[in-house]
Amino acid sequence: MVTPVEPVAPGRDQVTSVLEAALAASRAEATEVVYVGSDDALTRFANNQVHQNVREHDTHLQVRVIDGGRLGVASTNRLDEDAIRDVVARAGAIAERAAPNPKLGPLPGPNTREAERDVGYVSATAEASPDRRAEGARAVIAAGAAENLIVSGSYATGTLAVAVANSSGLRAEHRTTHARLLTVMMDRLGGDAASGYANAASPDVSRIDAAAVGAEAADKAARSRGAIELEAGDYEVVLEEYAVATVLDYLGFIGFGALALEEGRSFMELGRRVMGENVSIWDDGTDPAGVPTPIDFEGVVKARVDLVRGGIATAVVHDSSTAHRAGTASTGHALPAPNLWGPLPTNLFMAGGDAPRSDLAAPIERGLWVTRFHYVNPVHAKRAILTGMTKDGTFLIENGRLTRPVLNLRFTQSIPEAFSEITAISRETRIVPSEYFGASRVPAVRVGRFSFTGVTAREGSG
Amino acid sequence: MQELIDRALDAAERGGASYADVRLVEREREELTVKNGALEAAASTRSAGFGVRVMVDGAWGFSASSLLERGEAERVARDAVDIARASRLALREAAVLDDTPPQSGSYRTPVAEDPFAVAMDEKLRLLLDADAGMARVAGVSVRESSFSAGRERKTFASSEGARVEQEIVETGAGLEAMAVNETEMQQRSYPQSGGQHVTGGFEAVRAMALPDHAERVAEEAVALLAAPQCPSGEMTLVLESSQVALQIHESCGHPTELDRVFGTEASYAGTSFLTTDKLGGFRYGSELVSIDADATAPGGLGTFGYDDEGVPAQRAPLVERGVLVGYLTSRETAPRIGRRSMGSARAWSWNRIPLIRMTNVNLRPGDAGSLDDLIADTRDGIYMATNKSWSIDDRRLNFQFGDQIGWLIRNGRLDRMVKNPTYTGITPRFWGGCDAICGESEWTLWGVPNCGKGEPGQVGHVAHGAAPARFRGVRVGVGRW
Repeated sequence: MVTPVEPVAPGRDQVTSVLEAALAASRAEATEVVYVGSDDALTRFANNQVHQNVREHDTHLQVRVIDGGRLGVASTNRLDEDAIRDVVARAGAIAERAAPNPKLGPLPGPNTREAERDVGYVSATAEASPDRRAEGARAVIAAGAAENLIVSGSYATGTLAVAVANSSGLRAEHRTTHARLLTVMMDRLGGDAASGYANAASPDVSRIDAAAVGAEAADKAARSRGAIELEAGDYEVVLEEYAVATVLDYLGFIGFGALALEEGRSFMELGRRVMGENVSIWDDGTDPAGVPTPIDFEGVVKARVDLVRGGIATAVVHDSSTAHRAGTASTGHALPAPNLWGPLPTNLFMAGGDAPRSDLAAPIERGLWVTRFHYVNPVHAKRAILTGMTKDGTFLIENGRLTRPVLNLRFTQSIPEAFSEITAISRETRIVPSEYFGASRVPAVRVGRFSFTGVTAREGSG
Repeated sequence: MQELIDRALDAAERGGASYADVRLVEREREELTVKNGALEAAASTRSAGFGVRVMVDGAWGFSASSLLERGEAERVARDAVDIARASRLALREAAVLDDTPPQSGSYRTPVAEDPFAVAMDEKLRLLLDADAGMARVAGVSVRESSFSAGRERKTFASSEGARVEQEIVETGAGLEAMAVNETEMQQRSYPQSGGQHVTGGFEAVRAMALPDHAERVAEEAVALLAAPQCPSGEMTLVLESSQVALQIHESCGHPTELDRVFGTEASYAGTSFLTTDKLGGFRYGSELVSIDADATAPGGLGTFGYDDEGVPAQRAPLVERGVLVGYLTSRETAPRIGRRSMGSARAWSWNRIPLIRMTNVNLRPGDAGSLDDLIADTRDGIYMATNKSWSIDDRRLNFQFGDQIGWLIRNGRLDRMVKNPTYTGITPRFWGGCDAICGESEWTLWGVPNCGKGEPGQVGHVAHGAAPARFRGVRVGVGRW
């Protein structure tokens, strides 16, 4: 057994002094200093053994200055006095030479909302040892091995501390922890392998049930053996929470941010129906029912933003820049500067319905059950047409029962159109970590029509 | 810094490591983006740190820190050893490295004009000139022109006695025009989607001549709003070279990564249909298709002197006249197919382990002449240019790409422009249908600076040499429009 390494992150007092020193060193009209400290570890397994096992510690200081409407951003991962002076000077030097940007707004002032201190921080997660992660991996591997499966996955734990200070008087700080265990199980590496998937995520590592994650994926993979090829076409489907969370992530990228709306490339038209009346989607970075990240990278405390309520597009998320141009207030969804993406939601929720999850397939005469999607990308942003593959458990539904596993299919589908045809929503919801940043809490859904445009090949031959 | 490296290696060996390596990396980047006539993003970023990778009884451990201090070097090395011991709790087969001799040497990207030394005023003027060119076209809603440069200095040292120092310099630039109406958002980019990126200096940016292409790009973005939808059906497809590059990336580069083949990326990126039983006999494409991994190609984003295991840069064939003949390998994977690493283990930065990554994975030019020659040789079909969307399954078989623009080909000439062109296929069938590749004069080494892989995630900088090519019997216009 090994003991956890002592935390090496600087204390809160030290972070505060770094932020104040950077502010004091700046001569610009407006200055913002962002500290990001992280301590992350990840134990990765494949072929039923741990094959990669890593840990990293980093501290990052970013300075944004605005002077006469001119912007400069610089960053460093050193925190000594020389480095602080240097990073402020670099940001100032860029701003001196920059072309003025009339669209730049002021930095946000002191927060009007309060974030609960340390919501989303669990010391057991911050102190999780490599042995703890290895034991979790072993539990998952054991579940797969019992079904003669090839098991891969990863078990990550970590701490993220964000502190922001600016010359408009804003001071904000927060730290969160995250634990995430995922696994993919296959019956072989080549050919059209049967496969299953499961994951679990929480700020609290003690809430990760490795045996349950392993059992879910092993069951799915075992049931995926002997897949048949099904022709592409439109099918009634049940999308599990993993699949729902993935498409929600992409709606966030291409449509839920204010910049996408401002530039006319979002599918959202505020005040108009964009989905079925049974669909409500919101973002809330402070809700402990998700994986909270209560302040953004401008230090603004996140507001709950109702994006789609009863199928009507009601709002988008803002950072200080888009809010300034729209004449509203930031909702606390800024990404690190410089940010060309605009604000994004990273804590999405979709309202559960009244159907027991186990009943979702019951009325379907002939349809498909989709566990998750793989390698999704937008084909047409304005209509939110996405494409991607099904993966790790796709089943034919016949007369309400999952009868046969099927080869993975490619979908090409407008998501607002699909979400206008949701006929049932599970009352159970589940946290699903984003592939990129943040996590969602979503239900499983039954959709009346979903368009599949291709099927993968059974073998690699032409 | 030598003392930091020595202390880390000593601490790792004292802790029981049978192998250890240290990578000390300093990175700096500069990024400028002009949007709609104003400087939207301007950033200077710096990051430095070191990572220690150790093997204990055949189990791996890695730890990394941004604190460049001697005491921290020992702590991080001990941490890596502790992590490796934890890995032993779930170890079935000990890792074994190949017998690559320990290397000593250095490498620097050849640079004619240091991109960091060029005055910011000059860079901004170039971007603003490009912006002004796009602004001359009515109907463009968003204009972006961008420049970026990166410099990475890294030292690699191992317990086997290797010591390698490198300085890699990257430079990139590009422009994009967007036009929108009630139902469409259309965009055009130059030189390719996301710009062109190379290893080299500011001379590459000058050669792009961004302002000279600004007006055409903007006009095409606006014209696409009124263009008819790409038809659906099976057609002859001609691809512009940067789209061929991405096709290589997704359907040849990734599936020839030997770690994917062995299942060690299964939990994130997936596996590969190119299993090792296919090596030497599998028909991947037509006789015209020959693909090499070449880390020595001048100017490529995958060009270096040594990979991040200290293996010298090499050129290795992957597909020879349509047949699979090789893989991208590392010191741990190569011995399993009876080979020595061809030098494709690359790490994003100091805080990541090396994974098998593409270098410059290049399609050799063919004999179809120029793009004009190829179009003239095509009776009916469709020409697509500049990537917009990409997706491929976890074994790298079923793919679907969307491009920014298309033109129907009628009787050897480009006819009507079409919007939202897409195509889909199965990898070996698609490459099997390749019946023409343009020649050397059309061949470009396209940089891809956004290749994701691994957990925790790593961003790879790779490149693909490609010329326009023709593919028969391809399904285009996918989905309900």
